[in-house]
Formats: sequence, structure tokens, C-alpha cells
Amino acid sequence: MTLPAFSPTGIRFERIEKRYGGLYALRRVTLDIASGECIALTGRNGSGKTTLLRIAARLVRPSAGNVRFLNEGAAADGRAFSTGFVAHATMVYDELTAEENLLLFARLQGIVDLASRIDMLLLEVGLIERRNSLVRNFSRGMRQRVAIARALLDEPAVLLLDEPATGLDPQGVSWLAATLQRMREEGRTIVMSLHGESDISAIATRAVRLEAGSVEADTRTGANLKSILTLREA
Amino acid sequence: MATLSNTTALLSKEVRTELRSRELLITTVVFILMVVVLFSFTFDPSSSESRRFGPGLLWLAFLFAASLMLQPCFLREQTNDTLSALRLSVSDPFAIFLAKLIANTLFLFLTELLILPVFAIFYNVHILPVSPQLALVLLLGSLGVAIPGTAFSAISAQARMRELMLPLLLLPLLTPVLIASTEATAALLDPQPALRKDWLEFLAAFDIVFLTALWLFGEYLLEE
Repeated sequence: MTLPAFSPTGIRFERIEKRYGGLYALRRVTLDIASGECIALTGRNGSGKTTLLRIAARLVRPSAGNVRFLNEGAAADGRAFSTGFVAHATMVYDELTAEENLLLFARLQGIVDLASRIDMLLLEVGLIERRNSLVRNFSRGMRQRVAIARALLDEPAVLLLDEPATGLDPQGVSWLAATLQRMREEGRTIVMSLHGESDISAIATRAVRLEAGSVEADTRTGANLKSILTLREA
Repeated sequence: MATLSNTTALLSKEVRTELRSRELLITTVVFILMVVVLFSFTFDPSSSESRRFGPGLLWLAFLFAASLMLQPCFLREQTNDTLSALRLSVSDPFAIFLAKLIANTLFLFLTELLILPVFAIFYNVHILPVSPQLALVLLLGSLGVAIPGTAFSAISAQARMRELMLPLLLLPLLTPVLIASTEATAALLDPQPALRKDWLEFLAAFDIVFLTALWLFGEYLLEE
């Protein structure tokens, strides 16, 4: 199996602002994320978590400020390495089977020997038996598993996850937590938005709380990290 | 090279999903068939009248059917935010447009080929002797509709009044394509059929200009 060479990548958000009309989704957010960090983004609904993740994925252009990718082997705009992104929506096609979806995105990403990679991922997410079923016939949790498998296709250097446990059963959450733990230990950068404590939040090395588009708290220490994850005052 | 392989993968996805749902092909074939058949009863056309009105009517039906076909082109990508997944996966965003416009041209061209025999029967015109030339006109005209149509489909998919936006933007812009295609078709249905190279060149130039514009600026149309 041939996957793109992985090189540790950090992210630097420099005074990021995002406005939708007169509404500020993000206000001068500055964050330095070192390569290999696992960040839990928390905050109330509408606090700017999703916007920040979409800006990091280069899907949304900030109104002001810059995002820089700190990778010696990559261009500053981050195009020389891959980003895995799990969003609110599943980002897979209902009219295709689980296998066809993964095949399509693997081809687009230029993964060579994709059959074995897809087999392995389908096995990992527990969908090997349903590989030929159309995604439209899947439950929400199964769709989320396909979405996660798609994001992990080329073992990305940066993984962005927007509430990744949505719809997953406890076994699914445990599997995802173990996978993220492995990726973190390999030195991959993980930024994920979460609500509350879970198996997944336990692997976070740093927690950042957003409030009305601004960074309200940012910590790496145990007790504070826990309080941020549960949205309590530190 | 990556653009080509991405386009091939995306085109195969477009064809596969359409063959499974048959949404676009059925909608457009039924729409054009209705227009062609209804107008044939309204006009009760003799052969000479058919040659005069037929090509314009045919292309008008193709144009409205195309606007129906183009509407869901990017709208479908919004259902599960698959457009974001594509943007993250492709090395060149032009591949997304290229695959969609080839698929749209293919579906439109196929629809036109299916409708032509019905048109020939109801309007009493002989298309068999000029069918290769007619196919060329249809192909260039379909490309002329599909290239700006695909671009405007991407724009309108993000707009609030999206159902209204696409025809509003597209139909005025396609007036030159409609005129050129109608004139080229009319010349082929004449008792002394002729392939009007001036109109064909105009269609080819239109296609090249809009394809270049899409290649240069398409990436910005995909941004949120």
C-alpha cells in the first residue's frame, strides 16, 4: 500500500476574522497548534468552532487574518499535504455504495493500491459486510463510519473533526478514540470540536474554548482541561 | 495528468449516479417530448413550415430542458456537503467542473439524439441524410449550453433564490448559442442542406471562450 509521505504539520491561525454580512463568526482568533497536538475545541452552539475548522480545512476563506501550515516540506498554503476532515454532514454520496465512495475519494487523492487500503478501512469501521450497500440505506451511525473512513483514507497529517462521535454507538466511539490516539502518537495533528467529556475528549492534549467567536480559554493542564471540556469555569 | 485522472473518476461517478437515479434523463426527455409533440398539434406543420419553425422550437425546448437538467448539478453536492469533500480531495478544482460539464453535455446530447427521430416524424423533416452534420451542430450547441450552465449552476446553488437564479442568469447569456445553433440546424434541414461553417465557428469560439474562463476562475465559484 502506498500512502503519501507523512510529515508533521502544525497550524498557525493569525488574527482570524470571519464575518457573514454584519455577523462575526470569528473575532481575531490567534492560535498556534504544534504538530502532534490534539486539540479539543469547545464552546456553545454558534461560538465559531465549525467556522474555525472549515477555515483550517481551506474550505472557507477568512475575512481577515491568515492560516499558516507549519511544515518544512509543504507550501505555506498547505497544499503539499493532505487534510482529513469530518464535518457535520457526512460528505459522502447516498447514491454510491460504501466501497464506491471510498474508491472515488481514494482515486481523487491519488492513492495507489487503493483496494487493500479500502478493505482495511472498511474492516476497521465495521462495514466490510455492507461494503456493497448504498449509503442511502445506512443508519446515521453507519454513515458517520463511512465519513470517518473517507477522512482517514490517506492517513492525513492534519485531521479536523467536527463533532466526530455524532451518531456513533459506544463501540464506534471507542474505536474512534483508539484510532485518534494512535494517530496522535504518530505525531499527526488533530483538531476536533466536541461537546462534553467522552472517550474521545480523553485523548486531547489541549483544550480551547471559544465564546462568541473569540478564544475564551486555552489550557494544557489536567484540571483546567477537564473543566473546559465540560464547559465549566476553570 | 492529475486533472485528467480526477476528471475521469468524477465523470464515472456522475454517470453511475445518473444511471442509478435516471432523474435528469427522464425529466429532460419527457419535457422535450411534451414540447415537440404539443407544438406539432398546434402548428399542424407542413414540411416547409417545419423547416422554418422547427429548428427554433427544437432548440428552445433543448434550452429549457437543459436549464432543468443543470439545476441539480451542484445542488446535489450540497445535500451531504460532498462538494467540500471533493474540494479537499482534488488537486485541481477545474476537474470538478470538467467532469460535470462533460456529464451534462453527454446527458443533453443523448436526450437530443433520442428526441430527433420523434421530431423528424412529427414535423415531417428528413434528418437521415444530414445526421452526421446535425450531430456535430447538436454537440457544439450542447457544449455551449453546458459550459456556462455548469458554471452558473455552481453560483446559483449557493444563492437564496436558487431555482429562479439559474434561468435568470443563464437564458440571456445563451441567446447567442440559441441563435447560432438554430441557424446551423435550419441550414441543414433546408431542401439544399448546407453545413454553415460560420455558425459552427461561432459556436466553437463561444465554447472555447467560456471553457477558458471557467478554467481560470472556476475555483472561486466553489468557495463558500
